[in-house]
Amino acid sequence: MTTSSDRAVPETAGGSDAVQAELLRFLTARTRKPWTADADLFASGGLSSLFAMELVVHLERTYGIAIRGTDLRLENFRTVWRMAALVDRLRQPAPGGRGE
Amino acid sequence: MAGQNGTPDAGRWLAVLGAGVMGTGIAALAVGHGVAVTLVDVDRSRLDAAPASVDRQVRLARLMGALPPEAVPGDLVTGLSLAELSTVAATTPAAVIEAVTEDPDAKAKVLADVSALVAPGTPIVSNTSSIPIDELAPATARPVDLIGIHFMNPPYLIRTVEVIRGPRTGDPTLERVRMLLAALGRDPIVVDDAPGFVTSRILHPMINDAVRVVAAGTATVEAVDQLMQGCLGHPTGPLRTADLIGLDNLVDSLWVLYGRTGDEGCRPCDLLLELVRAGHLGRKSGRGFYEYEGDRHEHEGELS
Repeated sequence: MTTSSDRAVPETAGGSDAVQAELLRFLTARTRKPWTADADLFASGGLSSLFAMELVVHLERTYGIAIRGTDLRLENFRTVWRMAALVDRLRQPAPGGRGE
Repeated sequence: MAGQNGTPDAGRWLAVLGAGVMGTGIAALAVGHGVAVTLVDVDRSRLDAAPASVDRQVRLARLMGALPPEAVPGDLVTGLSLAELSTVAATTPAAVIEAVTEDPDAKAKVLADVSALVAPGTPIVSNTSSIPIDELAPATARPVDLIGIHFMNPPYLIRTVEVIRGPRTGDPTLERVRMLLAALGRDPIVVDDAPGFVTSRILHPMINDAVRVVAAGTATVEAVDQLMQGCLGHPTGPLRTADLIGLDNLVDSLWVLYGRTGDEGCRPCDLLLELVRAGHLGRKSGRGFYEYEGDRHEHEGELS
């Protein structure tokens, strides 16, 4: 369930620096490996894709957000950038409500 | 979804008995596929913990892309007895699945109670991993309705299920179970009745041998798993698999196999028994052949 490449994932938006820094600290503490914000966490040699559930729980507890429905996709947790962007988006009030 | 409105789909709910690792996993599989579940356990604390556990597993399944994206989650109702819940449900379930302790007497008692409650023709399913279905049949009022479904752990991530047709299982029972498994996105492989059927009859003595190899000092736990994974293509290695099954459950299953086949390879080896006596039951207790750090809940259901 991991991709065969360990290249960085192309990114556009990255979320707030503070969230990125906190996530990098969490990942390093949890995996005892250094990471960069654009590294593909689930590429070969990386983390088990099931580790993503731990990331979900960590983000929810740390930032008081609820990650539900279509946001529960592995792609949203593939890099620190993407997770930070998700946190930023979910911390803002959703005008029309998000789909469950 | 609980179906009290009399529509043709009204019967589409499932009763699951036992809110342990397998019971909550089966409930999560069903809920995630839009099927309502009534989950029953006699243990109040286990029952209280069940909704959060099922929710977490449904979310894990969704995260892993193991659920149909369009499925609206089914309702989950919990209760201390099916009898208590039957008085409020207007319809009979699509099936009743028991996932209580792997002990023939415990299963027989639950199956007897259940068959007295549900309408004839409702499949009564045992999620046993090793007890022959025909051995459980006399406990039920209607052996024709009894069938085995051996879900793997976690049920929502492993698509293939072993379906055990006992000598007295009826054709309509098998047909209804096939329909249910289709609704749950599972692929059934139907086999005949025997101690351990196919998967446990092969896997459990193999794990027992892996433990013996470690006890003899031939290789470490890690080396055994690495060889079985790297050379023989076993997905997790036998000892990590044992931790996932639960060492107590594995011992129960091995005794069932040993008692019915006489195969010495199925007699639980000393190291396995020692670990169980010491309370090292595998992933669910935080330690088995491996240690599982951090919040146990977050690891439950991982294949690694």
